[in-house]
Amino acid sequence: MSLARAVTFAIDGIASRRVLVEVDVRVGLPAFTIVGCGDMSVRESRERIRAALLNSGFEFPARRITANLAPAALRKVGPGFDLAIACALLAAGGQVPVESLERWAIFGELSLGGEVRPCRGTLAVAEGARRAGSTGLLVPRAAAREAALVDGLSIAAVGSLREVVAVLAGEVEPPAPPEAQGEEPGETLDDLDDVRGHLLPIRALVVAAAGGHNLLLAGPPGTGKTMLARRLPSILPPLTHPEAVEVTRIHSVAGLRMGEGLAQRRPLRAPHHTISASGLVGGGSSPTPGEVSMAHHGVLFLDELSEFARTSLEALRQPLEDGRVVVVRSQRTAIYPARFMLVASTNPCPCGHAGSPLCRCMEGDVLRYRRRLSGPLLDRMDLLVHVARPSAAELAGESLTSSADARADVARSRAVQTARFEGTPITCNAQMPSRLLRVHAGLDETGETTLARAYDREHLSARGHHRILRVARTIADLAGAEAIGVKHLIEALQFRQDTGALELAA
Amino acid sequence: MSGGVSGTSRACDDCLRRTHLIALLAGRIERERHRRRLPELLALGDEALVAAVAGRDASAVRRGLAAFAPAAARAACEAAGLVALCVCDARYPARLLEGPDAPAVLHVAGNPACLEALAGEMDAAPAVAIVGARRSTAYGDEVARALGRGLAAAGVPVVSGMAFGIDAAAQAGALEAGGPTIAVLAGGADVPYPRSKRRLYERITGPGGPGCVVSELPPGFQPFRWCFPARNRIIAGLAGLTVVVEAAERSGSLITADLAAGLGRTVGAVPGRVTTPQAAGANALLADGAALVRDACEALDLLLGPGAHERRPPSPLGDGLEPRLRAVLEAVAAGSDVAGTVATHPADVHAAGLALTELELLGHLRRDHCGRYTVIPQ
Repeated sequence: MSLARAVTFAIDGIASRRVLVEVDVRVGLPAFTIVGCGDMSVRESRERIRAALLNSGFEFPARRITANLAPAALRKVGPGFDLAIACALLAAGGQVPVESLERWAIFGELSLGGEVRPCRGTLAVAEGARRAGSTGLLVPRAAAREAALVDGLSIAAVGSLREVVAVLAGEVEPPAPPEAQGEEPGETLDDLDDVRGHLLPIRALVVAAAGGHNLLLAGPPGTGKTMLARRLPSILPPLTHPEAVEVTRIHSVAGLRMGEGLAQRRPLRAPHHTISASGLVGGGSSPTPGEVSMAHHGVLFLDELSEFARTSLEALRQPLEDGRVVVVRSQRTAIYPARFMLVASTNPCPCGHAGSPLCRCMEGDVLRYRRRLSGPLLDRMDLLVHVARPSAAELAGESLTSSADARADVARSRAVQTARFEGTPITCNAQMPSRLLRVHAGLDETGETTLARAYDREHLSARGHHRILRVARTIADLAGAEAIGVKHLIEALQFRQDTGALELAA
Repeated sequence: MSGGVSGTSRACDDCLRRTHLIALLAGRIERERHRRRLPELLALGDEALVAAVAGRDASAVRRGLAAFAPAAARAACEAAGLVALCVCDARYPARLLEGPDAPAVLHVAGNPACLEALAGEMDAAPAVAIVGARRSTAYGDEVARALGRGLAAAGVPVVSGMAFGIDAAAQAGALEAGGPTIAVLAGGADVPYPRSKRRLYERITGPGGPGCVVSELPPGFQPFRWCFPARNRIIAGLAGLTVVVEAAERSGSLITADLAAGLGRTVGAVPGRVTTPQAAGANALLADGAALVRDACEALDLLLGPGAHERRPPSPLGDGLEPRLRAVLEAVAAGSDVAGTVATHPADVHAAGLALTELELLGHLRRDHCGRYTVIPQ
């Protein structure tokens, strides 16, 4: 027998596609070629397979070997094909029964010594295997817990090429995936109870978390904007199971986690301001998910918002609008989910000391600086909070909030929102379209007067009007109120944007 | 200087020629300014001015002047939507003529009526100039705005330079009261300068608007540095009273105050905190004997004589507010500017934040772009 086939999967976007590995071994000058639109890491696979076979005590045929990855039109990236090619090669050389490859899909990277290593996208591969009707999946032991998240698929958690051969030959029972060792340790989340002062910013965080609103923190350097933003995940509601699976899938494809089982926490991504547009929203010649997708169901924190390149910020428009990113490259189109809370921080002026005698910026500089942020991005920021330096008394005093309390408040108001938007794709107040605002965010007469007054005094733009109503709705939900009261509205107005403040000043 | 008057551009040929000459020589005046004082230069006759600044280029300048076509200048004004008013015109502001270096032509964008109201009898319709620092404080902006508002409400035109900070705040205040305001620019009157004050420019010159923008230089002219002190002499010249709101120790606003004093006009200043650098110039003016201006009424008293204007007794701060809000307003007036410092106890910060927003909605406070609150003088 000189031809053998094995099934494996290639990562495509955040899903996987079935790939058939065909290995042909025949008489000729010894050579090993891999065809089928593989990238550099697939070509390098030859060297890993040769060494792994020999070091595991198998024979590497001194023949002419051709491996084909079908469909040939699909671009294949990464070392995950190693194991499947090696198995097909062993089968073609008669070292493994050919029929055994029909039972298992195979996915994993090989080391030179013959150990099997985890690689990116195991969850997506497992889901693809079930969809493609495979009965079992052979995966590296280190990634097996992730593969085991998919029901209805038998998983063989293997550690080495020898073990793989033993499983294929039926000499041993397929090893089960390792049990989860209790709670995932992870790093502990920063808690709000180590924040002193900053009561209004903390309140803004709670409102933002409760309604899923995007939040802008403005203030001089060193006042604690970053510190506050990093505590946001600690008050967000826990991931639901489907959300956790999505997060795990994306993080696995992006290489952020390798087989650690299900993601437990909402992600917080804080890319540096030098990030490129494709780093932020995804891209590359063979597309990979960007930061916005890694922040899916979590928080994207952009520190020093005005330092980001304009093109990067512009690229955020689509994910903010649609909750997903479509990356089109010459080879493929990839769609990455990207529904996240945007939290950004900014200085009030180029030097950061606006309003104090230290500031050396002219009004024109400040205007230019702020104009860089203006437009579509600011239109998406529901809340603005100014972060001032806490006073000495506040620093010395007790902390007044804990994440546990805030989380309970947030969870309660989320429950109200879930009930409100039952049967619609909307999950929180921030996503409420203006049509629903009239239904759910009506004001009484005093409320209308207050809002009209704010509008007349040019505290609000027409667009800002809707944002205020959404935020007021969330504040009322936090207070457990059925209708939006004037108090809720005034608090929402407190967190309004004031982009116009400078221009209006004359 | 004499000549015919035609079309909407009412300036005579001679005056337009003089303006053309100044524009031609603008770059050379810039170079010469370090050797001779600007007012001296601008007071020179055409020939003397050419001789003084043109040097070897004198003949070229004379040729340029000879080639000047008044009709083309009028057409340019018309195309830019400007009305040209020359010194020969009876509608030319009388006070400006007092100086030796009165601009030959005033190019006016917007409603020329408020400028023409300044013609004729000297004491008939006085204007007030409000000038100050570009790099102003939020407090200074509020005071300038309130002065502008108060004066405009009393029907007194507010003259200023539309610059960042105090100038723009004063003129925005005048617009808030729907009153007349005159912005004097260093460059062409059809070019909003600074650019980011374009919105203010449009509000001043807007159709049916009560104000106008004025410049002595022809349409489209890009200002040289000397044009700014030259503009200041027009501001000082137009006004019966010049009020400096905030000025650092070496500030262009003090030049305006000097020019006003030189013309024998009253100079007033708004006192500031002694520790604020932006207030040093204004406080120094007060020390030198400038009149104290604390509100629009005091400015009106200085301008029209005591009692000419009906004086309201100043209402106490936060009159008619509920005690909760008044306490917060008083705290802001005393220098607290964010919720964290207004609240006496951390537990009160939320309430303070809400109260600040309520006071803002009621028009007692303004929040600046740094999130700090200032009292709006009522």
